[in-house]
Amino acid sequence: MAERQKIDARGAFCPGPLMELIAALKLASIGDEVDVWSSDKGSAADIPAWCAKVGHGVVETTEHDGYWSVVVRKAK
Amino acid sequence: MSKTILIVGGGLSGTIVANGICRQMGAELRSGALNITMLGTTETHMYQPGLLYIPFGRMREAELFRDQRKVLDKRVNFFVDPAKNIDVEKNQVTTEAGRTFKYDYLVLATGSRIMPQNIPGMTEGGHWFYDLDGARKLRKALNEFQGGKIVVNVNAPHKCPVAPLEVVFMLHDFLKAKGLWDKTELTYTYPIGRLHALEPVAHWAKPEFEKLGIKSETFFNTESVDPEKKTLKSMEGSELPYDLLITIPPHQGSQVIDDSGLGKGGWVPTNTKTLHREGSTNVFVVGDTTNIPISKAGSTAHFEADVTIDNLVSLCQEGTFAREYDGKVFCFVETGLGSGTYVWFNYTTPPNPGPPSQMIHWFKLAYNRLYWLSARGLL
Repeated sequence: MAERQKIDARGAFCPGPLMELIAALKLASIGDEVDVWSSDKGSAADIPAWCAKVGHGVVETTEHDGYWSVVVRKAK
Repeated sequence: MSKTILIVGGGLSGTIVANGICRQMGAELRSGALNITMLGTTETHMYQPGLLYIPFGRMREAELFRDQRKVLDKRVNFFVDPAKNIDVEKNQVTTEAGRTFKYDYLVLATGSRIMPQNIPGMTEGGHWFYDLDGARKLRKALNEFQGGKIVVNVNAPHKCPVAPLEVVFMLHDFLKAKGLWDKTELTYTYPIGRLHALEPVAHWAKPEFEKLGIKSETFFNTESVDPEKKTLKSMEGSELPYDLLITIPPHQGSQVIDDSGLGKGGWVPTNTKTLHREGSTNVFVVGDTTNIPISKAGSTAHFEADVTIDNLVSLCQEGTFAREYDGKVFCFVETGLGSGTYVWFNYTTPPNPGPPSQMIHWFKLAYNRLYWLSARGLL
């Protein structure tokens, strides 16, 4: 059964939201979702751009109060 | 009634915690009100950052190792008997030798390990310096290198986040001194869209790379290595040829964490401030073992250990929690074989690398020896 995990990378200076996402996807099964929280506005653009390049799905990108949530589904 | 602190893992963070508690709780240890037990996987303690110097002939292998029993305070009950199952409901750990250890407080310090086997062809086609065997092989490969394409290939997740940049700058100085730099094309690959996860470090490194003629390819997550064709492919669809591949393999945490159901990939979900395992109030997590989104580095392990010592001592002596971890990380950055800089940051302060200097490089060389005082809890 597909799972969804959350990564709270708000305020993380290192390794940063995208690095955390890449690491999490390596451990996930196809169909699993990872919800990355980032206080860096750039992540809202960087993460979907990287997913498009590699072929993972972006389920939704949501702006909250002071942070962005990007939900990614592992596709391969 | 006697209390037991059980530490699983004999690396830097576990060792600092053990020694630090001994220094603060001598009376309780003497009276039998407290006992400390550590379960390690080896008789020796390795200074892991020293591995970076081995391929360049700048440290001797023997300098990396000490007898763990000599690094540890004698009052610590030390067993080389790896944990096989950690049961946080029953407050007990069973070992590979079949022993069972009960605890009042548990410290998980099981660390991380390289997993080149997770990428097809990487074990056969790659060199690395994140373990002694790899560092020896890379030393031999560098001594035989006569020019060609070197790829320094960084994979996520990995510990010691500045080491990939350090090895690039050290390679430049090493090959230049041998008269081989003009015959070398060095390409650095990184998983995200800049040269380093820390944005200020990436901004600093970019012009340094341009000045030295070092090429780079970002958004490169290795999918496979072909040792026959000497190429590596990325998940993003690019391919690079190499004559010498120096990889920073992806890491995972300890298998016992996964096997005990405490965290996927060996990373334990951890409160970023209290360092409690999520869901436990008597289980602390330190060093690489946490899933906290900060650098997996020796300094992180050290600062987390310092906080954990204060909290364990306070809990045992005063029945209350002492203080929170502020996310502090400090990393030296070797910028060649004769210069260095450093970065430090925490949860609220961004890193800001200063200009490299010979003085900071010397301080790093001094720290390569002072480390043993850190491990003993004296620094």
